[in-house]
Amino acid sequence: MSFEFTEENLRKVKEIVARYPNTQAALLPVLHLAQEQVQAEGPEGYMSPEVLDHVAQVLDLPPVKVNQVATFYTMYNKAPVGRYHVQVCTNVACHLTGGLQIFEHFKKKLGVGNHGTTDDGLFTLEEVECLAACGTAPALQINDRYDLDNPMRYYEQTADNYDHVGDGQRRTSVEELIKWSDQIIDDLRKKPEGRRS
Amino acid sequence: MSGYAPKTDLKILTAHLSDPELHTLKGYQRHGGYAALRKGLKQMSPDEIKAEVKAANIRGRGGAGFPAGIKWGFLPKDTDKPIYLVINGDEGEPGTFKDRLIMERNPHEFIEGCLLTCFAIKSNTCYIYIRGELLSSIRRVQQAIDEARAAGLVGKNILGSGFDCEVYVHSGAGAYVCGEETALIESLEGKAGQPRNKPPFPALYGVFGCPTIVNNVETVSYVPWVVNNGGQAYADLGVERNGGLKLFGASGHVKNPGVWELPMGTSMRYLFEECAGGMRGSKPLKGIIPGGSSCPPLLPSELDTPLDFDAMMKAGTMMGTGCIAVFEEGTCTVKLAARIARFYKHESCGQCTPCREGTGWLYRQIERLEAGAHIEGGLDFLDDICNRILGNTICALGDAAAMPIQGFIKKFRDEWEAHIGAGHCPVTVGAAGRAVG
Repeated sequence: MSFEFTEENLRKVKEIVARYPNTQAALLPVLHLAQEQVQAEGPEGYMSPEVLDHVAQVLDLPPVKVNQVATFYTMYNKAPVGRYHVQVCTNVACHLTGGLQIFEHFKKKLGVGNHGTTDDGLFTLEEVECLAACGTAPALQINDRYDLDNPMRYYEQTADNYDHVGDGQRRTSVEELIKWSDQIIDDLRKKPEGRRS
Repeated sequence: MSGYAPKTDLKILTAHLSDPELHTLKGYQRHGGYAALRKGLKQMSPDEIKAEVKAANIRGRGGAGFPAGIKWGFLPKDTDKPIYLVINGDEGEPGTFKDRLIMERNPHEFIEGCLLTCFAIKSNTCYIYIRGELLSSIRRVQQAIDEARAAGLVGKNILGSGFDCEVYVHSGAGAYVCGEETALIESLEGKAGQPRNKPPFPALYGVFGCPTIVNNVETVSYVPWVVNNGGQAYADLGVERNGGLKLFGASGHVKNPGVWELPMGTSMRYLFEECAGGMRGSKPLKGIIPGGSSCPPLLPSELDTPLDFDAMMKAGTMMGTGCIAVFEEGTCTVKLAARIARFYKHESCGQCTPCREGTGWLYRQIERLEAGAHIEGGLDFLDDICNRILGNTICALGDAAAMPIQGFIKKFRDEWEAHIGAGHCPVTVGAAGRAVG
């Protein structure tokens, strides 16, 4: 599948490049931008060889350098991901407070393993490392939403028109989180047209 | 008042957190925001600010504890190259959640600190490297920079002082090792985040081959207060060699997890009992990981250790990031250590053999031990793997993987011994093979 930056994103690339003394330093942010665009273009979008080659061309870098970087960092998707990226932390604080239980529950609920994507292309599940949200552990994040004060509020923002608001309590039991998560998943399933994040 | 009360109730970075608009320029200025920048640029010289920060004794809040003022002093006196300030906002040490609070709730104080630091070290460019996963932090900090730029606080001729300073956010992309300062520099240059050999240190040869200071988010966020109130006043808030206040966190099996700002040298017991409210339930305290997953654990008998870099070192562990993870009786420390070992295995950049191979080996053996397998050579074998990693790698990630394991073995040896050949986890599974507790 061919890939080219939109005109607007090409302008952004120029802006990004201007922040650094050379174009290679712009590589990480430009790869982020490319990923944003491919994902907005469709659920099957990922950092395909075509995307990486285009980035190399735009930044005038040898393709090998782009490939090296894109494969070193975990956030660049090397395969298609779902519309909703469900991230469950199981590191120290979450390990102690039930993160693993939640992760196992999601596996069953979505019927996928770690890094697996549901057949409808809606959800990708990932066991992630510490999200720096240990105070409200166990932490989970759907796409990029997480609110430090209120572990429930990110649900509200996950999709447009999503109107669940949490109870505002800092401590949430695993059971409660699982109940809420189920509701979120069911609701998101009903709204596949919902705008990405 | 209990005997272990902190030296002062003063708050600096968290003083106005209750203001829901604190993250906006208007909100921050309502509480005197950017007065320090005005004072610094108009009434002080760069050297005067440097001297105050040195007097303040702010030790690096990322975990290493190196005094910021001394680090700044390593920059070459005469250079024809540009000097860069790089902020380490790659908060990823498991169990740590304090920089995120600053970036999302009080970003302007942080930006003000960046600007003053740039002025002091004669830099005109600051890159703020934020962990890619923390998109809400990235957004908040970017909004704050945009607002500050629109108000003439970032960019050319700031506040009419003639001082130019650009501040850019640079997002990471998912690699824990980039929290190491030279890996962070490589990453900022658009390369794989593999640490560099030191020397040369970044102060002489940093990003783009130029003199560079890498400071943690929290470290520079205290600079505005120091400029306003003086370095000595800041140092006096803490204890000898450990100046000022610091953000401390508590997570895990505590009643009330969170982040608190306390003077350096406050007893860990105060953080645990008074701030976090002690244990969440009826099970007693079993142990504490003091400052992120790389720090060897402490026992309940060590709760009175003061929270400062030197006292924690004396106790055989590290203060790290100051965020403690508390675990209760019934927690299997082998299982906990296996999770930590898996993390380091995943995050090893692969550059040095002892770390690349050692972290995986360590993880696989601990995982087997957790299930009650027989380990040839027993715990001495695990200890041996750790010793072969320690000190044999370019950066401290290898040490960070080995130290907690050795600490767990030392502090919970009986429990670890009991796993060997047990056929199951003897902590959570009873002799009859059923889960207990």
